Amino acid sequence: MVNLIWLLMLAIGIIVSALNGHIETVTVSAMKAAELGVEVAIELIGVMSLWLGLMRLAEEAGFVKGIARLFGPAVRRLFPSLRPDSPALGAIIMNLSANILGLGNAATPFGLKAMQELQKENQTPDVASPAMITFLALNTSCITLIPATIIGVRLKANSANPTEIIGTTIVATGCAMSVAIIVDYLIRHRRKK
Amino acid sequence: MNVIAEISRWAIPLLLLFIPVVAYLRKVPVYESFVAGAEDGFKTGVRILPFLIGMLVSIGVFVDSGALNIVSHWLQPLFELLGLDPNFAAIIPLAIMRPLSGSGALGVATQLINQHGPDSFIGRLASTLQGSTDTTFFVLTVYFGSVGIKKYRYALKLGLLADLVGLIVSVWIVSKTFY
Repeated sequence: MVNLIWLLMLAIGIIVSALNGHIETVTVSAMKAAELGVEVAIELIGVMSLWLGLMRLAEEAGFVKGIARLFGPAVRRLFPSLRPDSPALGAIIMNLSANILGLGNAATPFGLKAMQELQKENQTPDVASPAMITFLALNTSCITLIPATIIGVRLKANSANPTEIIGTTIVATGCAMSVAIIVDYLIRHRRKK
Repeated sequence: MNVIAEISRWAIPLLLLFIPVVAYLRKVPVYESFVAGAEDGFKTGVRILPFLIGMLVSIGVFVDSGALNIVSHWLQPLFELLGLDPNFAAIIPLAIMRPLSGSGALGVATQLINQHGPDSFIGRLASTLQGSTDTTFFVLTVYFGSVGIKKYRYALKLGLLADLVGLIVSVWIVSKTFY
């Protein structure tokens, strides 16, 4: 499915550019996007190193396990395939907390760390484990309590009440997240039988 | 509301203070451990680079070509078929963009908010939609790529289902709350 979507976006983009008579757009945007990829990755290396360094301290001081134990009962129910003291749980909780607080650039390192920990417990290294899928479903539908960026955009556009969309955002994301959790649970149970 | 904003503001400085201090008190060699952990940052960054480039190129070519508007135009009759106000169709480009690219979606949302006004239906809907879901497609490819997963199984369908629910609920809750 990923391969098809990737190809479709690329092919449709090229065909539309050709039909519109500005095929050179393809060259420019492909090159630009490739450069942007390097920029993003390099920037990420900085923040990643910072957070993973801090994460290592937290691990060695026993925090990560402590957090995993504290939130364990709730989170463990979502990840029944993980060991109760799995280091992945700590990273998952840190990632979700960073997401909720809207700390996007802290969330990514914890998320990638969580994937690495989950991969260690994955018996089929090139196939996604159920725990990974649950984690990504949570991650991509996660509630941000304060959508700061969009409030900023509204403020600049002279909104009478820039923050009035916080409530609607929480309802929408809450429903999306609940459906993701429920459907994921149903799929896992159906496959087990 | 203010409490949460304050927590967000203080969260990182307090973590930066609290974790190293407690680690030190627990006899962890703080500087050396930090450096050892930070080393992984570089490796991970390099590992996700090809996935980032692959995705960004495909999305970039698609968006810059103007294909987004054409695909949105195709989908417009679907809105009318569902009995929705055809004016809602202005949201389609954002709905398509949201799972693909964070910066791309923000660009589309900003344009919609400025064009229709932040306190219009489309403006409020775009704001809600932008805040309520994440870049599913992008996150999946990069996160799975970083650990070498090739078969996603039902992960993409599940993520896109959540996005669709987010879109439908956004339309519903914005109409219900403000009109």
